[in-house]
Amino acid sequence: MQTASGPASDAAILRLDHVTKRFGGLVAVNDVTFDVRKGEVFALIGPNGAGKTTLFNGVTGLIPPTSGSVVFEGREIAGTKPFKVAELGIARTFQNIRLFEYMSAVENILVGEHCRMHAKLWDSLFKLPRERREEKEVTDHAMELLRFVGIERWAHSYARNLPYGGQRRLEIARALATRPRLLLLDEPAAGFTPQEKVELMRLVGKILDSGVTVFLIEHDMKVVMGISKRIVVLDHGEMIAHGTPEEVRRNPRVIEAYLGKQH
Amino acid sequence: MIGWFRRVWENDPRKDPNAVVYFLLAIFAVLFPLFASVVTGGSPNFLLSVAGDAGVYVLLTLGLNVVVGMAGLLDLGYAAFFAIGAYTYAFIASDHLAVTPLQTTLHVPFWIVLLIALFVAASFGVILGAPTLRLRGDYLAIVTLGFGEIVPRVFKNTSTWTSGVNGISALDTPELPIWFKGPWSGDPLAVVQNFKIFDPLGYYVIMVVLLVICVVLVRNLQNSRMGRAWAAIREDEVAAAAMGVNTVQAKLLAFAIGAAFSGFAGTFYGAKLSLVSPENFGFSVSITVLVMVVLGGMGNIPGVMLGSLLIYLVIFMVLPSLPDTVTSIANAIGLTGLTQASGDFPGIGEFAARLKFLIFGLILVLVMLLRPQGLLPSREREQELTKGTHDDTIIEDVQAETG
Repeated sequence: MQTASGPASDAAILRLDHVTKRFGGLVAVNDVTFDVRKGEVFALIGPNGAGKTTLFNGVTGLIPPTSGSVVFEGREIAGTKPFKVAELGIARTFQNIRLFEYMSAVENILVGEHCRMHAKLWDSLFKLPRERREEKEVTDHAMELLRFVGIERWAHSYARNLPYGGQRRLEIARALATRPRLLLLDEPAAGFTPQEKVELMRLVGKILDSGVTVFLIEHDMKVVMGISKRIVVLDHGEMIAHGTPEEVRRNPRVIEAYLGKQH
Repeated sequence: MIGWFRRVWENDPRKDPNAVVYFLLAIFAVLFPLFASVVTGGSPNFLLSVAGDAGVYVLLTLGLNVVVGMAGLLDLGYAAFFAIGAYTYAFIASDHLAVTPLQTTLHVPFWIVLLIALFVAASFGVILGAPTLRLRGDYLAIVTLGFGEIVPRVFKNTSTWTSGVNGISALDTPELPIWFKGPWSGDPLAVVQNFKIFDPLGYYVIMVVLLVICVVLVRNLQNSRMGRAWAAIREDEVAAAAMGVNTVQAKLLAFAIGAAFSGFAGTFYGAKLSLVSPENFGFSVSITVLVMVVLGGMGNIPGVMLGSLLIYLVIFMVLPSLPDTVTSIANAIGLTGLTQASGDFPGIGEFAARLKFLIFGLILVLVMLLRPQGLLPSREREQELTKGTHDDTIIEDVQAETG
C-alpha cells in the first residue's frame, strides 16, 4: 500500500498532483496526489463530506482547484473550462441526477453528441445535406447508446418521466455520447436495488470493454470492491489510503474513518 | 406541399396542433388581402397596411422567442436592436447623411440593407452580450433593460447625427429592379424597371415572404445542434457545460440571432413608415414583444406567432376603438343616457378610453390564469406546467431513502 505519490506510470490517463481546494477557510481537498491508469476501474471512496465530489468538480473544471495540477493524457487541464474538458475526452455524471428534464431521452443524449458534431450555423439554418447526414448519424448513435445502457424503450419519453434507475442510466449514456476516454461516475449506484447494482456493475464492465477508463465515486462497498482495480480513500479532504481493494479493506485508518476509533 | 399536408393529416392533426396552426396561418396570410378587400368593399389598403405593421411584431416575436423561449435568456431591452435596424436603414437609404458631418448621401437598396441591418444588429447583440451573458437570469434582465433605455436616448441626444427627437424622415421607398405590370394592377402588360413599392399590398407581400423565410430558418435552427444546446442551457446550464456545450458562445449566438431578427424588422418598419424617431422604440415595445412571446407560448414558433397577432389585434385595433364601440352599443340597446357626461361620469365612451389599459391588464391576467403555459405552448412548457408533482415526489422519496 502506498499513501504518497507512486512513480509516474506511463499508462496514467489522469494524474492529480498535490491538488488542493479551499473554500474560504475550509480545506475541502488537501494535497491529494494519485493517478488513474488507462483501462482500469478506479474508485474514490470516503465518508460524506470527504471532498470526493469536489475533486470531481476540480477535474471537470466546474470548480477549478486552488492549487496543484491535473494532467489528462499528458496535458495540464486544471482550470480548463468544463466544455473544453468534455471536448478533451472526460465525461461525467452527477451525484444528484442533472438531466435535461423536459427533453426526451434521445434528445438528452444528442446534447452529449454536441461537442463531436461539426454542423455550423449555416448548415443548420439551411438544413444542408451534410447537416442532415450528421443529424441522422448522431441520432442513430444515440439510439445505440440507449440500447447499450438498456433504456431504449423510453427513447422518446421526457427524461423526468423515466424511472429512477433509467435516469441514472440515461446520464451515463449522455456522458458516453461525448465519446470520452475517461468516464467519471458520481455515485452511480445510489438508490439502486441489489439487482440494479449487479446490472450496473455489468454495465461498467461493458463500458470498460469499449475502451473507456472508469473513475467512480461510490458508497456501496460491494460495488466498489467488486469492480474496482484500485481505490483511493479520502477523509476530510485528506487522502488516507491508496491501493487495491484488499489493501484498502485492511487499512486501519480506513476502518477508523468508516467505523470510528476502536476503544 | 400536398405531400406535407397528407402526412400531417395521416398523423392525426389533433396530435400536432402546430401543424394545424402553421397551415391555418398560411391560408390566412394568402387569403387576407382578398378578405380585406371584401370587408372594406374594395379599398383594402388600410387593413393591409395594418397587417404589415402587425407583421413587424410577428418578426420581432420570432426573434425574441429565440432568446427567451429557446435559450431561456430574459431580454428586456429587445427594442434597442429594433431601433438599430431602423436607424441603419435611415442612415444609408435616405438623404439624411447630407445634414450630418459626413455631408454625403447613401442610397443602398432596401434588399441589401435588410442584410446589412441584420449584421449590424447582430453585431450589437454580440457587443452587448459578450460582457453580460456571464450573468444569469435576473442580472441579465436588468442589464438588457438598461441597454434598451440607452439606445433610444443615444439616438435622441446625438442630434448632429440623428436629428434628435425629430427623427429621420423621407427614407427611400423599396424598389424592385424588375416588375411586371398587367391587368391585375389595372395597366397593360409590361415590364417595368425600378418599380417603387408604394402599395400596402406590396409591403404585405414582402412581409409575408420575410416571415416565411424566417419561420423556416428558425425551425431548422430549433431542431439542430444549436437548438438542442439552447434547450440544454435553459434546462441546466451546469450540466450543459459538463456535456461539452460552450455555453457562453451558445448564449451569445442566441442573442445575436434574436438581435438580427430585430434588425430585420427595424429595416422593414423604417422603410414602410418612411420615418424613424427615437419615440418609436421605447420600453413599451420591448415589453409588448415579451408579452407576445410569453402569452403565445414560449419556445413554440406557431404559438408565439399566434400570440403576437392576437396581442397586436387587441392593443392596436380593439382597445383604440373601444370607446366608439361601447358608445354605439349603448346607443343600439337604448341606453343613450350613458353616452352623455353627467356629474363625475364622463360618458361611457370616455370612461372606456380611461379604462383601456386596465382592460388590457385584465385580459393578460386572465389568459395567464387560464393558460399559464401560453395559448399554444411548446411540448416542454406544457409538461412543466401541467404535469403533476407526482413524479417529483417519487424521485425525492428515493433520494431521501438513500441519503
